[in-house]
Amino acid sequence: MSESPEPLLSVQGLEKHFPITKGLIKRQVGAVKAVDGLSFDVVKGETLGLVGESGCGKTTTGRLITRLLEPTGGKVVFEGRDITHMSQGALRPLRRDMQMIFQDPYSSLNPRHTVGAIVGAPFRIQGVKTEHGTKKAVQDILELVGLNPEHYNRYPHEFSGGQRQRIGIARTLALKPKLIIADEPVSALDVSIQAQVVNLLEDLQNELDLTYVVIAHDLSVVRHISDRVAVMYLGKIVEIADRQALYEAPMHPYTTALLSAVPVPDVKRRTERERIRLQGDVPSPLNPPSACRFHTRCWKAQEICKTVEPPLAELATGHQVACHFPENAPKDAVPGDAGTAVPA
Amino acid sequence: MSFLELNDLRVHFPTDDGLVKSVDGLTFKLERGKTLGIVGESGSGKSVTSLAILGLHKGGRAMISGEIWLDGEELVSASAEHVRTLRGKKMAMIFQDPLSAMHPYYTVGAQIVEAYRIHHHVSKAVARKHAIDMLGRVGIPQPERRIDSYPHEFSGGMRQRAMIAMALSCDPELLIADEPTTALDVTVQAQILDLMRDLQQEFNSALIIITHDLGVVAELSDDILVMYGGKCIEYGTAEDIFERPEHPYTWGLLGSMPRLDRARTERLMPIKGTPPSLINVPSGCAFHPRCAFEGRTGGKANTQVPELLETEGGHLVRCHLPREERRAIWENEIKPNLESV
Repeated sequence: MSESPEPLLSVQGLEKHFPITKGLIKRQVGAVKAVDGLSFDVVKGETLGLVGESGCGKTTTGRLITRLLEPTGGKVVFEGRDITHMSQGALRPLRRDMQMIFQDPYSSLNPRHTVGAIVGAPFRIQGVKTEHGTKKAVQDILELVGLNPEHYNRYPHEFSGGQRQRIGIARTLALKPKLIIADEPVSALDVSIQAQVVNLLEDLQNELDLTYVVIAHDLSVVRHISDRVAVMYLGKIVEIADRQALYEAPMHPYTTALLSAVPVPDVKRRTERERIRLQGDVPSPLNPPSACRFHTRCWKAQEICKTVEPPLAELATGHQVACHFPENAPKDAVPGDAGTAVPA
Repeated sequence: MSFLELNDLRVHFPTDDGLVKSVDGLTFKLERGKTLGIVGESGSGKSVTSLAILGLHKGGRAMISGEIWLDGEELVSASAEHVRTLRGKKMAMIFQDPLSAMHPYYTVGAQIVEAYRIHHHVSKAVARKHAIDMLGRVGIPQPERRIDSYPHEFSGGMRQRAMIAMALSCDPELLIADEPTTALDVTVQAQILDLMRDLQQEFNSALIIITHDLGVVAELSDDILVMYGGKCIEYGTAEDIFERPEHPYTWGLLGSMPRLDRARTERLMPIKGTPPSLINVPSGCAFHPRCAFEGRTGGKANTQVPELLETEGGHLVRCHLPREERRAIWENEIKPNLESV
């Protein structure tokens, strides 16, 4: 976003290639390009949604940003500081400002710790002293996320899925972080509970001035909570735009196909809806298709898509797309300009 | 008599903590060529119902009562051996997770051939040819080569297709799909839903689709049954459920769901609380602790179990609120919020 001079988080050309080794001496024979050159900024107070199908690298991206995985290339800049190759020791104070919410509320909480110990762990690890003691601080946070503070001494198995996710959120919020990476925060929950947690995340954002990167595969949930949305396909961003622009006038054929594939609970229009049906599955990231990675499933693909990789170009204000033949593009825009395109 | 009829089906499991009433008095009918969607949250009893129809609780600890009539035959009292002869040929199931539903040691082809040869006395070669046909029908490329692949060599979508091929290999008249697309990506989900719709029309089978995703139900179903705490709380045509739902729980489900086909609502309207424990089901209406309109029932909510009553033309609702009041609440309080910008 151009109007904001200093983004809270800036990701530049981020790459993660997992090596594939073979034989006794672990000779490297290839690489899974899980994340292959991502660039985006997140400004303070906004929510960026990261959507894509399984295997597109969205979870890996979240883990790279929080340095739970080592990037093999590119840069992660948080509050103006390059944290890409910071040591774990130097990183620790930064962990206060950058936290993660995990998908599975069952496996992300230690079953042998009480809620108090789980939510209090960040204080202990970071050596944070609070005015009225850790217990009071933990109980305040439990109340904030809608749990009963008296449940301090209970164990995770005593709670339902939705309540466990609240415990996870409480732990995330303990040290008042600035940036929260939420990896599929609601996909393991029942529909009625999903809505509770989505509303909670929104309330907390307003109250505590949080910045979110929400990773999810559910396009309707992402539209509901995000200000901007990035669509990923096989390790690359194919389109990034404001929520409204992306959902109402998607430019990339993949985005269009994704949106039209979502089943809509409207029985009146089920027969008349026009759908784009993609053929086949997402190709393996081990051997991604040449140039534009979507060309094997794209109905608009032509010769150029197989030979020249379309760059992620800004075709309208704040609307970037990587496609040679974008839809809904303004007339004067030059998509996939041959001058700037990178030959594969 | 309908092709499939359930009459007051109850499936209870005795446990150390008490009796779990997973399904507690379920009644519905389904005709050939029709699709019934069963919707509910986890623990509402939707999967247990499907397993009971297939007779897969037999020999376990489940206590089953009531009647299941399939094409004129009663299945609850039938012997396990007899129900086994019906499984595969008369009725079949598509499971949620194809990786755990398929045997990892056998090729996909061998698993389809096995089921086919149990019901048809044909040679291996003929059965193999049939299996290749079926794999081709469900859209697996190069079926004559893929038939010798193992389940782990297939992608998620391909595996789900192979499972559908397996379920359809003996032309079952009743097909039950339990969360058939939950494990799949949206683009693949769309392909599988199309495939199921086409195949159902081709075979004219009865289809039960069990899911928590209202979008999937709306795409496929003729009729919809909403379950809560082991009971049917609302039943009607797809139009009834989506255009004029009358149960507060159904309203809650619709309000909880962000929708792509409407303008974005500022705020979702969740249902408060959590789904009930099936050991200590709340007294009276099982939904009353979470119901926003509980106060308007005149104190009946936590003392009397409401009956499943017809409001209009086959649309059944289990709620204490008077019909006119339900309609007024839907028109004035719920519907405008669902459509607001």
